[in-house]
Amino acid sequence: MPGKLKVKIVAGRHLPVMDRASDLTDAFVEVKFGNTTFKTDVYLKSLNPQWNSEWFKFEVDDEDLQDEPLQITVLDHDTYSANDAIGKVYIDIDPLLYSEAATVISGWFPIYDTIHGIRGEINVVVKVDLFNDLNRFRQSSCGVKFFCTTSIPKCYRAVIIHGFVEELVVNEDPEYQWIDRIRTPRASNEARQRLISLMSGELQRKIGLKVLEMRGNAVVGYLQCFDLEGESGLVVRAIGTACTLDKLSSPAAFLPACNSPSKEMKEIPFNEDPNPNTHSSGPSTPLKNQTYSFSPSKSYSRQSSSSDTDLSLTPKTGMGSGSAGKEGGPFKALLRQQTQSALEQRGGSPHRFCRRREFPFFTLTAFPPGFLVHVGGVVSARSVKLLDRIHNPAFVGIMGNTRSYKLLDWNSFNSDEPETRDAWWAEIRQEIKSHAKALGCHAVVGYSESTSICEEVCILSASGTAAVLNPRFLQDGTVEGCLEQRLEENLPAGCGFCHIPYDELNMPFPAHLTYCYNCRKQKVPDVLFTTIDLPMDAAVIGKGCLIQARLCRLKKKAQAEANATAISNLLPFMEYEVHTQLMNKLKLKGMNALFGLRIQISVGENMLMGLASATGVYLAALPTPGGIQIAGKTPNDGSYEQHISHMQKKINDTIAKNKELYEINPPEISEEIIGSPIPEPRQRSRLLRSQSESSDEVTELDLSHGKKDAFVLEIDDTDAMEDVHSLLTDVPPPSGFYSCNTEIMPGINNWTSEIQMFTSVRVIRLSSLNLTNQALNKNFNDLCENLLKSLYFKLRSMIPCCLCHVNFTVSLPEDELIQVTVTAVAITFDKNQALQTTKTHAEKSLQRASTDNEELLQFPLELCSDALPSHPFPPAKEHLESASSNSGIPAAQRATSVDYSSFADRCSSWIELIKLKAQTIRRGSIKTTVTVEKASPVGEGNFRNRSSPPCANSTVGVVKMTPLSFIPGAKITKYLGIINMFFIRETTSLREEGGVSGFLHAFIAEVFAMVRAHVAALGGNAVVSYIMKQCVFMENPNKNQAQCLINVSGDAVVFVRESELEVVSTQQPAANCQPSCTGGEVTT
Amino acid sequence: MTSELDIFVGNTTLIDEDVYRLWLDGYSGLWGTVCGCRFGGAVVLDGRAGRARMSDAVALRVRSGILEQTGATAAVLQSDTMDHYRTFQMLERLLHAPPKLLHQLIFQIPPSRQALLIERYYAFDEAFVREVLGKKLSKGTKKDLDDISTKTGITLKSCRRQFDNFKRVFKVVEEMRGSLVDNIQQHFLLSDRLARDYAAIVFFANNRFETGKKKLQYLSFGDFAFCAELMIQNWTLGAVDPQADDMDMDLDKEFLQDLKELKVLVADKDLLDLHKSLVCTALRGKLGVFSEMEANFKNLSRGLVNVAAKLTHNKDVRDLFVDLVEKFVEPCRSDHWPLNDVRLFLNQYSASVHSLDGFRHQALWDRYMGTLRGCLLRLCHD
Repeated sequence: MPGKLKVKIVAGRHLPVMDRASDLTDAFVEVKFGNTTFKTDVYLKSLNPQWNSEWFKFEVDDEDLQDEPLQITVLDHDTYSANDAIGKVYIDIDPLLYSEAATVISGWFPIYDTIHGIRGEINVVVKVDLFNDLNRFRQSSCGVKFFCTTSIPKCYRAVIIHGFVEELVVNEDPEYQWIDRIRTPRASNEARQRLISLMSGELQRKIGLKVLEMRGNAVVGYLQCFDLEGESGLVVRAIGTACTLDKLSSPAAFLPACNSPSKEMKEIPFNEDPNPNTHSSGPSTPLKNQTYSFSPSKSYSRQSSSSDTDLSLTPKTGMGSGSAGKEGGPFKALLRQQTQSALEQRGGSPHRFCRRREFPFFTLTAFPPGFLVHVGGVVSARSVKLLDRIHNPAFVGIMGNTRSYKLLDWNSFNSDEPETRDAWWAEIRQEIKSHAKALGCHAVVGYSESTSICEEVCILSASGTAAVLNPRFLQDGTVEGCLEQRLEENLPAGCGFCHIPYDELNMPFPAHLTYCYNCRKQKVPDVLFTTIDLPMDAAVIGKGCLIQARLCRLKKKAQAEANATAISNLLPFMEYEVHTQLMNKLKLKGMNALFGLRIQISVGENMLMGLASATGVYLAALPTPGGIQIAGKTPNDGSYEQHISHMQKKINDTIAKNKELYEINPPEISEEIIGSPIPEPRQRSRLLRSQSESSDEVTELDLSHGKKDAFVLEIDDTDAMEDVHSLLTDVPPPSGFYSCNTEIMPGINNWTSEIQMFTSVRVIRLSSLNLTNQALNKNFNDLCENLLKSLYFKLRSMIPCCLCHVNFTVSLPEDELIQVTVTAVAITFDKNQALQTTKTHAEKSLQRASTDNEELLQFPLELCSDALPSHPFPPAKEHLESASSNSGIPAAQRATSVDYSSFADRCSSWIELIKLKAQTIRRGSIKTTVTVEKASPVGEGNFRNRSSPPCANSTVGVVKMTPLSFIPGAKITKYLGIINMFFIRETTSLREEGGVSGFLHAFIAEVFAMVRAHVAALGGNAVVSYIMKQCVFMENPNKNQAQCLINVSGDAVVFVRESELEVVSTQQPAANCQPSCTGGEVTT
Repeated sequence: MTSELDIFVGNTTLIDEDVYRLWLDGYSGLWGTVCGCRFGGAVVLDGRAGRARMSDAVALRVRSGILEQTGATAAVLQSDTMDHYRTFQMLERLLHAPPKLLHQLIFQIPPSRQALLIERYYAFDEAFVREVLGKKLSKGTKKDLDDISTKTGITLKSCRRQFDNFKRVFKVVEEMRGSLVDNIQQHFLLSDRLARDYAAIVFFANNRFETGKKKLQYLSFGDFAFCAELMIQNWTLGAVDPQADDMDMDLDKEFLQDLKELKVLVADKDLLDLHKSLVCTALRGKLGVFSEMEANFKNLSRGLVNVAAKLTHNKDVRDLFVDLVEKFVEPCRSDHWPLNDVRLFLNQYSASVHSLDGFRHQALWDRYMGTLRGCLLRLCHD
């Protein structure tokens, strides 16, 4: 019984009129957690009820705390008939379960109804008292932190990156249960919302358990998705990367990793073989260079102990073959071996009862410096499956899962079992793993999984980037800085990751290799495709740009097996074409590498759609890309030849123009220096993929273009002509705009603080007549291009700006309907400094260290953080207490370390003044006692700031949202927990709500509002790594109905503007020598 | 390929001032309406409406040259316009009670933008307000909006918005204590200037002053608003008792009753003569139109005092401005009085009463004439 949940219902506002006669509402609230329900009194005849309830207390297991959402229902009391529901609020209390995150959830939440949308707001306070649980075999995993961010969160340091964690849970979809025929749409939607919330909680708990088993304390890059399989059920699945993170709380943490004191060891107290050296808290000594933890004997013994795996991680070439490259070869092999042992070590440790970690996958896309050694290329796998419930033996899924009963209370037995889905995914992962191995890589980074479902056919996809990693972060804190030092000697910064990990004499596929243009020591490929972000230290020439390949393929309508076969037959061709398009477009841009590559294949009734997005860049280490040659098929035709040459000229012009646009001007290098000892200098790509239906055989696809040079485009029919045309139709963004789908735009590094996150959705209806592949392609291309054009137009006031993390999702909700959803963030930058080169890495880290020294100021800063008048922080006093206990700065100092903020600015707008006035009148008087000596300007600033709380309650605080992991010009000081929300909205009066556009527009705005409200209630002022994972829209205009499901997630954070940090840091010393300012105290 | 659905939602709600103006001006954002024609009515924002022509709003934006500036296409403009229109339509509900706009959570809008939204929403057209000023804000008047729309060239939609704004403000502050301007400002978060204008509109609507007569056509809304403010300051209940209900809306009935006492100034021949001689003595040589003034003094004085005496009847209160123009402004105008002469005359005319020993209602006279003098000066122009 390790937890007590306390809930208080304070007030409501802007409630809807429920009683037409009086134009008022008699509202009361039901608070439900698990099976316990409390009720407030009825507050008669008011649209702004003040319940001010007692604390409702729930005594619950921490398991329940993790799984269950807190459910708050607002109802209108009716004496004679049933009470009418106004709406609900679901609160995920998970953020309260780990110590560093939020301590209280308090604030205004929109009251949401699945039929009517937001109907007023309710003020709720939630707290959790957690007792320590000493049970080793517990089912809960309280304390494991979750991050959606796909890099190491900003105020943490990775001690160990353990690796891949995954889990899925399955249940019957309430929408497809027999009871759905008799219950109201509202009841059905709510059942669904609640179920998914419950399943998410369970999933997160189970993943947490796995992390604990791995001795980690956090999951980074947590990605949870749900598959609506219709009749066959509902799957919620998640993947992530288990890590041991260390909060950067003191400057000491910034010293090199080898200095890390014993604290680190506490994280892994059960380490079977702690290296005694790590206990020394002194600075690194040369001695440590010899303490490689991958002592061969040990690792080999482990290997044998875990020999049940048939998939050794050692590359085919093996260590003994000696055929590895001349310079880097032996070292590379060594590295591989180390890492392998690191991976095996964790997996095969006999004392651990957990399952072996079979997949060396990482969902991260950005890494600590030195982590990524080499990148092989993109690996992907797809598989077509038939969703079928028949051959699933009932009950099996429940066995051993003691908590399934909760999910089954309306259903006597489970109709589906996670094992099937598990097996499907395991199969795909295995394939990815073997692809990576073929590329000479032992790990896959930037890994992600997705599905596309149409009727009973499901395409499962997984992709990632094969890579060789530095084992330092993978091992249990044994190898410290020493290895990194060696690596740095060997691998010049900025090009190391481009060097091929595979053996050049034994290449997995034909490729054109040259010596690295940067260090000239090792071999690099001619192009590089990856799914990760551009490494921080990569040497890049010019700027990057968004590159998309778009493709449609018609497919005959078919049933079941036939359909699945048809799809799997089409898939390889689609992959091939998508790849060709990407390659051509990349060449056209004059670039040589793709980052953040994401290929999405969606299935519909009568077609397949492929959409690939990536950010093209010119890597200094890779060779200059050749142009594109066009070759005609029919010689001796004068006009045709002319046409071809005209076309060729256009292409050449475009390349030249693009080079100018993206500022690509690499230094000239004479050919002799580079040389090319590779026997078969053919230009090939390295996108490995395969498709399989039955998965008994992995079909490797040779993507090289037969015997011809890949960049000779042959115009032999109209199709090819179309393709060339479509290449040239992509218009570059208007001047002042850049776009990319990675976190940061290569070549731009001087972001200013203005950001605008947005979601745009478009659905087009294809005319059913004469649908051809070309027409489809054109339509789809136009759709995407027009959408981008619209975005540029809408955001024109932000120029110069960059659209970052542009995330396109395409789906085919119905016959002839194509839906494209885009989420991205526009960030402004300073044009004047745009050309400045990146600071050296050392400088940067120094700078970081210095800013992080200011970590100490974190708490005082929160008090006044960026214009959050209505910031639902706990009352100032409480905060001061927590601050003093945490940071150890005497309260007096802190009180004065408030910044001037922009209170004066804010007040200068008359609306604020009026608000203040209005507030005064409404309340009678502002009860603010301020005792600050105004002798100093500091005191004065203080005073003004302190007097702001009265107006603070009146406006809504700004909550920023961004799909990026950072906020430009600001520093994230605290992660408050994961936001993972699922909403359903349905309407039976579509026309009245403004048609489909009006309906969805309002719904998305409401979703944003609910996310912001939850973040604000946690005490945060931003959501980072925000993602809209699903936006399923269905309409039935004839019935005047529509339904939409949205799933979003992100990390709630507290950030502080860097400018404010500076203000405070300069103010701090002043405050120190002015003890007279100690009286800053506020009572409101 | 037809677009079924097309939306853009920003975390910070984008507000385009130009589009907002078009929306407020009542131009349709919908495809298929005839360009240039002004249609009112509720806008049903459904992307599936026919798309043969450009909507009014888009056509106007095209005309502003935005396509050339940005290199966008008409389709992009249409999509952008519809997004804004939908946003505004969703915001409209909140704009009806501006404090709600500040508290709501659905749209994240920076305070300066919120202020702009409110201010522009409650802004009104001079031409429109002149048509309804002093009219009862009732359903009857609302039916006349068609005619007003035709007459003024303002779209019916915009007329409705403006009329509903007047009515809404009126309803909210109608039965409230305290200063009218302050109440309006607090409940609608308007700027000081706009709140004052609304106070005038509410005051005129409450007292139903006639402003539509032909001879009043030369007066602007500003003229009336100026008079309204003076009257609110001096002639209402609030002027004497700051705690009274409806203090700023209704004229002080007792004061109006008392004004009858002023009649003695023109009824008593001696007083009238004495008054005239005092004024003439003081102004001799100072006035360009002295002779005209001397000849007209009794008429003018009679006019002004009779206006005061008649104010006990509601009907006459309504005709206040008609009377003032007829009895004072027009005679002055026909004699071509310069404004400065009018000012000198009115100052002397009101001041001289203090020297009339037989007249006992000095305070009453000051309360009446102080305000009237201000109003008349404002009303005397072409």
